[in-house]
Amino acid sequence: MIKLSAVYILSGLVFGAFAVLSAMDANNRKRFGNAVFWGLVAVSYLAGDHLGDLGNGILVLGLAAIAGFGLLGRGQPATTSLEERKVLAERFGEKLFIPALTLPVVVAFGVLVLKPLEFGGTPLLDPKQATPLSLALAAVIAVGVALILLRQPLISPLQEGRRLMDTVGWAALLPQMLAALGAIFALAGVGQVIGDLVTTWIPMDARLTAVAVYCLGMAGFTMIMGNAFAAFPVMTAGIGLPILIHKFGGDPAVVASIGMLSGFCGTLMTPLAANFNLVPAALLELPDRYAVIKAQIPTALPLLIANVVLMYVLAFR
Amino acid sequence: MLTLLGVATVVVGFAVRLNPLLVVTIAAFVTGLAAGLSPVEVLEAFGRAFNENRFVTAAYLVLPVIGVVERAGLQERARSLIARFKGVSVGPFLIGYLAFRQITSALGLTSIAGHAQSVRPMVAPMAEGAVEARTGELSDQTRQDTRAMASATDNIGLFFGEDIFIAIGSILLMVGFLATSGIVIEPLHLSMWAIPTALVAFVLHAGRLLLFDRKLRQGPSA
Repeated sequence: MIKLSAVYILSGLVFGAFAVLSAMDANNRKRFGNAVFWGLVAVSYLAGDHLGDLGNGILVLGLAAIAGFGLLGRGQPATTSLEERKVLAERFGEKLFIPALTLPVVVAFGVLVLKPLEFGGTPLLDPKQATPLSLALAAVIAVGVALILLRQPLISPLQEGRRLMDTVGWAALLPQMLAALGAIFALAGVGQVIGDLVTTWIPMDARLTAVAVYCLGMAGFTMIMGNAFAAFPVMTAGIGLPILIHKFGGDPAVVASIGMLSGFCGTLMTPLAANFNLVPAALLELPDRYAVIKAQIPTALPLLIANVVLMYVLAFR
Repeated sequence: MLTLLGVATVVVGFAVRLNPLLVVTIAAFVTGLAAGLSPVEVLEAFGRAFNENRFVTAAYLVLPVIGVVERAGLQERARSLIARFKGVSVGPFLIGYLAFRQITSALGLTSIAGHAQSVRPMVAPMAEGAVEARTGELSDQTRQDTRAMASATDNIGLFFGEDIFIAIGSILLMVGFLATSGIVIEPLHLSMWAIPTALVAFVLHAGRLLLFDRKLRQGPSA
């Protein structure tokens, strides 16, 4: 069975290559900052399970210190100029789309075809990790397709990958750090405290008020935790189950489903959902770190209100 | 109550735009110490959770191939391809992408698109190209607005499509949580009730995309 550890070895090697190439990049004034930063990520992937909890903690401190003290620069690997790219675009034409479209095709193949495969009762892919495994497989195949089809230099995947990685910069590690913060929040019982606050201080005698508090609470709590999954158990235990379902007799499937989607409205509005909101701003080289969130709020707010109405109408048929 | 200091740290830190990695680390310590853990215990818990969540960062494995196709001119090709279809305006183009993302996510194919593998190399340049074809060279502000809208469209399509698929993480979480509370629900029922919100999300965001399109056509943004 192929497990996630295979993806980690691959990631470790790729980040290790980014680190080495960063160190050799004389055009980057802060090249050693980049080298150490990506090097630590590589160590985490290759040896994270052997470092111990304290070792991993120190590694995270190192990452935060390099990012926090501005030691991370932006590497400048030799790449093609805009003019050269326009010429290449004409020459290659629609062939250029093939490597990029190889990604979704292989991912879909992995999820739909490889995932159910079994050999002698053992699945080929770890069923819980089929998506990340498929994505890693797709990334490798697509690089091969690109190199053959577009005849690019052999080092180019690593150099160009490093260029994009430096474009994302510290933001690349933020989602993983926030996930770790979520674990600390859970350990300290932050969710329970907030849930108690909401249920203690807001009267929910009327059905509509209770629905509104649950939906808005899911969104607000998701914004604080960065993740609807963290908000759902707390808000549902505090309001959804005792009040909406048991007291007012709401349909549990409607309450839970629309409650979760109200949380997703919150996800659209918080910088703590970094992989959806901050990483794309970095990837698209937007000067305003919050530009994507600002583009989402005018959809998220009316949708949240629509969720309140939908739950009120559909849960109590 | 003291444990909420960590939440306050995050809110303030993000608001004043300190480096988020630093903010998150400080918030972890504030929260842990307020909850009565020792600094070493906090560091250990933080390190362990970081290590357990490594799969999150592995998604960047797609960057090398995206970089190679960019090097060979994919963004330029995407831009000029869309410009050849004079009839395709940015609004309908992004509405099409929204529908594609919602439908494929509803089928469980959440990872076939995304900010790194589709928005940066293809969707954003095509959206820019569609605007360019009508209004000429883009101002920096218009370019940024268009890119941000492309990313927002990807997120909205993903979020309000994926819950229609019965085996997605959030559905499994709901089934598990309700089961421990003595309520047995078929995943299918939960996914079915995600459809009304998905439709409203599509209508709302499609409407906004049309307005965005019209605003750009009325002239460069001030």
